[in-house]
Amino acid sequence: MNRDIYPLFPIPCSLTMIEYEPVIGMEVHVELQTESKMFCGCKVDFGGDPNTRCCPVCLGLPGSLPVVNGRAIEYMAKAAIALDCSITPQSIFHRKNYYYPDLPKNYQISQYDNPLGVDGYVEITVGGITKKIAVRRVHMEEDTGKLIHVEGNFSHVDYNRSGVPLMEIVTMNPPPPGYDQIQSADEAREYLQRLRQILLYLGVSDCKMEEGSMRCEPNISIRPKGQEKFGTKTEIKNLNSFRSVYLGVEYELKRQEKLLREGGTVVQETRRWDDSRGMTASMRTKEVEQEYRYFPEPDLVPMRFESDWIENLRSSLPELPMAKRDRFISQYGIAEVDAEVLVDSLDLANLFDNTAKHTKDPKAVANWITGEFLRLINATGTAISDTKLTSKHICGMIDIIENGTINRNIAKTVFEDMFNTGKQADQIVEEKGLKQVTDTGAIEAAVDKVIADCPNEVERFKAGEERLVGFFVGKVMKETQGKANPGVVNKLLKEKLG
Amino acid sequence: MADRLFELTTHELHDLLKSKQVSAVEVAQNFIERIDAVDGKVRSFVTTTPELALEQAKAIDEAIAKGEKLGALAGIPGAIKDNMNTRGILTTCSSKILYNYKPVYDATVVQKLGEAGALTVGKTNLDEFAMGSSCENSGFFPTHNPWNLDKVPGGSSGGSAAAVAADECAFSLGSDTGGSIRQPASFCGVVGLKPTYGRVSRYGLIAFASSLDQIGPITKDVTDSALVFNAIAGKDPCDTTSLDIETPDFTKALRDDVKGLKIGVPKEFYGQGTDPDVEKAVKDVINMLAGLGAEYKEISMSSVNYGLPVYYIIAPAECSSNLARFDGVRYGLRSKGSTDTIAMYEKTREEGFGAEVKQRIMIGTYALSAGYYDAYYLKAQKVRTMLRMDFEKAFEEFDVIITPTSPSVAFGIGALADDPYAMKLADVCTIPANLAGIPAISIPCGFKNGLPIGLQIIAKGLDEETLFRVAYTIEQHTQWHKKKPNL
Ligand SMILES: [Zn+2]
Repeated sequence: MNRDIYPLFPIPCSLTMIEYEPVIGMEVHVELQTESKMFCGCKVDFGGDPNTRCCPVCLGLPGSLPVVNGRAIEYMAKAAIALDCSITPQSIFHRKNYYYPDLPKNYQISQYDNPLGVDGYVEITVGGITKKIAVRRVHMEEDTGKLIHVEGNFSHVDYNRSGVPLMEIVTMNPPPPGYDQIQSADEAREYLQRLRQILLYLGVSDCKMEEGSMRCEPNISIRPKGQEKFGTKTEIKNLNSFRSVYLGVEYELKRQEKLLREGGTVVQETRRWDDSRGMTASMRTKEVEQEYRYFPEPDLVPMRFESDWIENLRSSLPELPMAKRDRFISQYGIAEVDAEVLVDSLDLANLFDNTAKHTKDPKAVANWITGEFLRLINATGTAISDTKLTSKHICGMIDIIENGTINRNIAKTVFEDMFNTGKQADQIVEEKGLKQVTDTGAIEAAVDKVIADCPNEVERFKAGEERLVGFFVGKVMKETQGKANPGVVNKLLKEKLG
Repeated sequence: MADRLFELTTHELHDLLKSKQVSAVEVAQNFIERIDAVDGKVRSFVTTTPELALEQAKAIDEAIAKGEKLGALAGIPGAIKDNMNTRGILTTCSSKILYNYKPVYDATVVQKLGEAGALTVGKTNLDEFAMGSSCENSGFFPTHNPWNLDKVPGGSSGGSAAAVAADECAFSLGSDTGGSIRQPASFCGVVGLKPTYGRVSRYGLIAFASSLDQIGPITKDVTDSALVFNAIAGKDPCDTTSLDIETPDFTKALRDDVKGLKIGVPKEFYGQGTDPDVEKAVKDVINMLAGLGAEYKEISMSSVNYGLPVYYIIAPAECSSNLARFDGVRYGLRSKGSTDTIAMYEKTREEGFGAEVKQRIMIGTYALSAGYYDAYYLKAQKVRTMLRMDFEKAFEEFDVIITPTSPSVAFGIGALADDPYAMKLADVCTIPANLAGIPAISIPCGFKNGLPIGLQIIAKGLDEETLFRVAYTIEQHTQWHKKKPNL
C-alpha cells in the first residue's frame, strides 16, 4: 500500500507564529594610544596636516621594512589578558592582500590563523541578567590611511593614520559551553560599553567612537528558534556612537524579521547605517567573497611570549571594572546599582574609593557622588578629571554634617559651592554663615512666630491633620534661612502644638 | 700605470691610495673614462653618477691630506644594482613602472658603503625586479657579456657582474634570490658571494622575494669579496630579519689552507643537464684541493631535486604581494586616461611590468589563493624545511659542498628566449642555498670557448669564513681570476 496517498494533516499557519532568534557578532577595532606607529617611529597623533606623520615604512615606499612596536604588543597583550584570553606562545603576522588607495603597500600587515589572544569573554548585565559574551580572538594589525574626497574626479589620500596600531576584537558564534552570544540590540550596546570600560581602565586606547578610535561592525542574522544553522547575515558599517549601534542593530533585526515573515530572503551584504534617516541601506548590491590571499609576513620574525612576561603583565594590570564593583559592594557595603555607576569611569571610581576609605559613612559618599556630583558634572559638562572637587572636599563636608555644623539641606548648597569654587566646606560655611542653629532660644522664637502667623493651619493640625507638621517645619526652616537643626525644630513644634 | 688603474682590485687600489701613489680623484677619473670607453658595448649601467663619484673622491682626498685613517673601501669605485635605494638617484629595478623613481632614503648597504668611503659610479642593470637569469628581461635594454658581447652576462645581477668583469668598477653589489649574484659572477668570470640570510640588511633593497633575497658583493677576487662583505654585513635595527650576531673580520679567514677539509660532492648537482666541460673544470679543482690535503666524497641530497619547483612557488607568491604597491597611486609610472581607480591600477601595471614579472605575479597570486594555498604554498614551505634539514645533515659530515655554479657557460643573447624552462634551469645549482638560507660563493674555475666557468662553494649557515678560506686557497693555486676580457 502506498502511504503517500494518506492525507497530511495541515496545520493552520496563521496560528503558529514562528519565533525568531537573533545571532549577533561583533567586530571591534580599537586604535591603540601608543607614542609611535605599529611598524615605524612616526608619531601617533591627530590633527596634523595631511601626510606630515609619515616615513618610508608607513608610506610603503619600495624597500622599506616593518619593525614591530613592542609597546603596541604590550598594550594588546594587556587587553587580551584583561578579556581572559590565552596568549599564544608564538604568534605571527600575516599579509592580507587587497588593493585600495588608502593601503600604501596594497597589503595590510595583520594576523590570521595565529592571533595573539584567543578564547576570552566580556561580562555584560542587561535587565538584571549577567552573561559572559565569548570572545574568539584579539589580534593586531595596522590602520589604513584616509581618502579625502574633493571636487571633481579625484580623491586625495592622507597617510597620517597609515600604520597606527589597531587591535581587533571578535566575538565567537556559537559560543563554547558556559558562554553566551549577543542576542539583542541592548546586549550589543552593553557589550561595547563594557569593552570600552575595560580598555579605558587599561589606558591602552581613548576609545572615542565619534573620532573613530573605536569602530564597531556588527553582523546580524536571525533564525527560527531552535534551529542550529545560522541565518544569512548582514554587516552594518558607519556606526559611530553607542546610540547608533543600538538603533542600527534594532533596525536590522526588525527588517530581517519582517522580510522573512513576508516570505522574503535576507541577502548577505554590507549595509550602511544612515543616522539622519534612522535606517540601514545596502552598500553594495553584489557581495563578492573577498580573496585576501593571506600568507605569513616574511619581513617579520615570529613573536615569542615567555610565560614570565605574560605573568608580569598580568600582575601589572589595574583592578578591572567588575572586580572593582564587587570590592566596593563588599568593602564599603554600598548598593550594587551605586557600585555599577561608580565603576563606570575610572576617575569616578577613584574619587569614590579615595573618599570612602577616609570616612565612616561610605554609603553617604556613594550617595553624594552618584547624586549631586554627577548632576553637577552633567549640568556643567565638566570632565570628571577636570573638576576642582577632590576626596578631601567630600570628606570635609561629611565631617561637618556628622558633627552637626551643617544640616543636609545646607550641605547641598555647600557641595555646589565646593564644586564651583574648589573651596573647602568649612571655609564656605564660615564665609556664608551657614552654621546650623542649635540654640533652642533662637529656634523657639521662630517657632512661636510661625504659630502666631498661621492660626488656620494650627487649627487644622489640632483637629487631627497631622501631616501639616511638614508645613510647620518648612516655615521654621525658612525663618532660620535653613540653618535650624531639624531635630530641635521637630521637638519644639511637638511641645508647642502638643 | 696610472692609465689602467681600472684593472686593479680593491685591495690593490687601497694600497696605492694609502701610499699616496694615486689620489682618489685620479682613481675616480680613471674609472669614469673606462665606463665612457666600454659601456656603450657592455651596457652595464642604467644610470651613471660621475659627478657624485668625483665629489666623493674629493672628500676622500681631503681626508687623506689630513692624515685620517683610510678605510678598506675609501676612494674605491663601486657600482650598485638598481634595485637598491639611493637617495635622490634614480632607482628603477630596470622596470618601466619605476622609470622615474628617485628614492627619499638610502638602503642600509648604500649608507654603509658611504660610511666606508666607497665611491658610487652608477646603478647597474638587472632583469626587471631581479626576475630572470640573463639580464634580457630588463625593461630598458639587455646587458652584454664582456667576454663575448653576443652572450648574456647572466642575471639578475647581470649589470653588476658585467661592470666588474669589464673593469667599469672595482666592485659592485648584487642581490641574490635564487642565484642572481652567483650565476652572473660565474658567466662573467668574477667572484660573487651570497651571504647567509640575515647577514646583510635588506632595508632599502626593493624586495622580490623577502624570505630569499640577500645582498652580497661581486668582486675581482676573493680578498675583495671579504673586504666588501666586512663593510656591508651586520645587524640593522631597520630589518628585523637581519641577524643580531657579531660580524668577524672576514679577511682573517683568507688563508691558503685546506688540510683536513671535508668536501661533499652531491651527485644531484652534476651529470644530466650539466655541460661535461663545466663538470670537468669543477672536478679538476676538487682534485686539486684533494692534492692540497682536503678529502672529498660523493653524496646524494635527493631533496635538492625539488629546489626548482619549490622556488617557483615561494618566490612568485612573495613577489605577487611585494609588487602590489606599484599601482600608480604614489610614485613611478601612472598610465594616463583612466577614469576610475581600478582602471588606473590595471592600465599602469599592464604598461609598467614586463612579461616575466606579470607571469610570476600571476603564478604567485594563484598559489596563494584559497583552495590552492595548502597544495602549493604550504607544501612548498614544508619541502623547503626538508631541504634545509638535508643541508644541516650534510654539514654534520662536511665542511663545504662544491658544485658547478651553473650547468653551462654563458648562452647567447636571445638563445633561450623561446625556452623559458631551460632558462630557469640555469639557476638549478644556486637555488638550494637560498631556500636553505645558507652562504655560497661562486669563483672562476676555467674557460670554455673563451667563456668563464664558475664553481660554487656552499657552507653551513654563518660559516662564510670557511667559504672564504676555501675560495682563497683555490685562487692561490689557479690563475683564472687574473684573466681579463678583451674589450
Ligand atoms: Zn612612518
